Amino acid sequence: MTTISMTSPARTLRLGASRIVYEVRSYFRQGDTVFFTFLFPVVMLTIFSVAFSEQNFGTDNKSLTAAAFYLPGMLAAGLLLSGLQNLAVDIAGEKSDGTLKRFAGTPLPVLSYFIGKIGGAFVTAVLQAIVLLLVARFAFGVDLPTEPGNWLTFAWVFTLGVGTSAILGIALSALPRSGKSATAVIIPIALVLQFISGVYLAFSQLPEWLQNFASVFPLKWMAQGMRSVFLPNYFEAAEVSGEWNLAGVAIVTSIWLVAGLLVTRLTFRWIRKDS
Amino acid sequence: MHRCGDGQNGHMTSQPVVSVRDLRKNYGTFTALDGVSFDIHRGETFALLGPNGAGKSTTIEILEGYRDRSGGSAIVLGVDPGKGGLDWKARLGIVLQSTGESGAVTVREQLTHFAGYYPNARDVDEVIAAVGLEDKQKTLIRKLSGGQRRRVDVALGIIGRPELLFLDEPTTGFDPEARRQFWQLIERLKSEGTTILLTTHYLDEAAQLGDRAGVIAGGKLIDIGRIDEIGGADARVPVVRWYQNGVLHEQRTTTPGAVVAALGEPEGLEVVRPSLEDIYLELVREHDAGDTRETRETRDGTDETDTADEAEGATA
Repeated sequence: MTTISMTSPARTLRLGASRIVYEVRSYFRQGDTVFFTFLFPVVMLTIFSVAFSEQNFGTDNKSLTAAAFYLPGMLAAGLLLSGLQNLAVDIAGEKSDGTLKRFAGTPLPVLSYFIGKIGGAFVTAVLQAIVLLLVARFAFGVDLPTEPGNWLTFAWVFTLGVGTSAILGIALSALPRSGKSATAVIIPIALVLQFISGVYLAFSQLPEWLQNFASVFPLKWMAQGMRSVFLPNYFEAAEVSGEWNLAGVAIVTSIWLVAGLLVTRLTFRWIRKDS
Repeated sequence: MHRCGDGQNGHMTSQPVVSVRDLRKNYGTFTALDGVSFDIHRGETFALLGPNGAGKSTTIEILEGYRDRSGGSAIVLGVDPGKGGLDWKARLGIVLQSTGESGAVTVREQLTHFAGYYPNARDVDEVIAAVGLEDKQKTLIRKLSGGQRRRVDVALGIIGRPELLFLDEPTTGFDPEARRQFWQLIERLKSEGTTILLTTHYLDEAAQLGDRAGVIAGGKLIDIGRIDEIGGADARVPVVRWYQNGVLHEQRTTTPGAVVAALGEPEGLEVVRPSLEDIYLELVREHDAGDTRETRETRDGTDETDTADEAEGATA
């Protein structure tokens, strides 16, 4: 018999790391997820950049290209897609195709499974952000920030954003009744959030009641954090409160992170046992 | 017939690996399991037989920890399966009845990954060879045929070197050659001392692999015993068959030699010993006959088997 404890933190982390490798490998082997969650923001950035290539998104005397204007929103959308949309659909599918039932019969800790999901989302989101930044820089000539402070802000907004988005994805995976209906349930939620949170439409141009409504959800704040990094300073005045309000970004996103953790803790089961 | 692993010093005398007493399971007002009791000893292969919806899967899933029981007691490897932790799961191998997942990983990747879950896993190459998937080890699981996927299920069930292996209709979709190969694999596991709980619809498989069998029908265990004892001595009385003037004659007799000697050389003479399948079918038929009478008195004739199927399907 063995003396290794099945519940030791070292084992949980080792298996979590093994799950991350497994998740990322599976992710890139599924053509539809690669398109709808990984490349989607890149495709949208390209469409907006090309469609509005003649327009100036800056002020009368300062020019800003469409690519530069839409880049922060697309980075925020990437966080939502890689985390929330991808995981909610993915886990709902694993629930109904028997994957989770199989795990339930093995000594895989639930925590290792979550580490795999969140870590996998983090890896794919990082790759996605790199592709977005490269396309913006080299295909559309967007000037990226040179200040280290900007990149530091990017790092924490990105990390907190992926974490929150991934946890909410795990929590939302309980919503679809079957794996087949998962995309139909989850994608509209993600899409509506993107439209009201300043990803596709300039947030400052939305009616005030819609701005207030969108401010309840974390995507608006992730997009705002990204704007603070990538848009020129004179855009700060266009924000609702007239400032980037990074404290607000941190607070609202963190509240959703904790809420997501609580819901996950209370609702996640490998399988639904009959009563 | 009964073997104990050579290296497994003296486990025969220890407590049973699986011990079930008066196990009950209700789905609403429907009784899926109505007081089932049996033991499985270390190193033993126990076959649980019965028609669809009789309660086989309900029983096995309670023992695997997937379902809660409504009453009675169950002990698996010394633990209540409803409360089994990771240490307990590390000692089990489970081959579920259904293969659903459409893996975007190869056979080898899947087995290597799952091997990492277990403290004392088997060698991946050895397991791939044991289930006969050497040629398919670099193929994505979703691209395999149904029978090949089933072999991956079996491989995942044994990768952790389990003390107790649950096989819920493991050879569904196998061709005859694959089934023979699977039997050899199970014989090897038995010789290593693995305890096995098997459900199957193939009675020849149960006869080949099982040491003992239990027959379950309508949620009740209607017979239990060594494979060569199931159904009792009467059910095993040989039948002498022959034709006389084109008419088939059958005679059940404990002295077939004497009967044959008295017959001379009739057409189509044969002496048939009932197979496990014949005995099983007779047992279930007898149970159904008794049950139908009971049903008419108490339940205005609702078809019990169908209800059981629905109950199992709804919660699967």
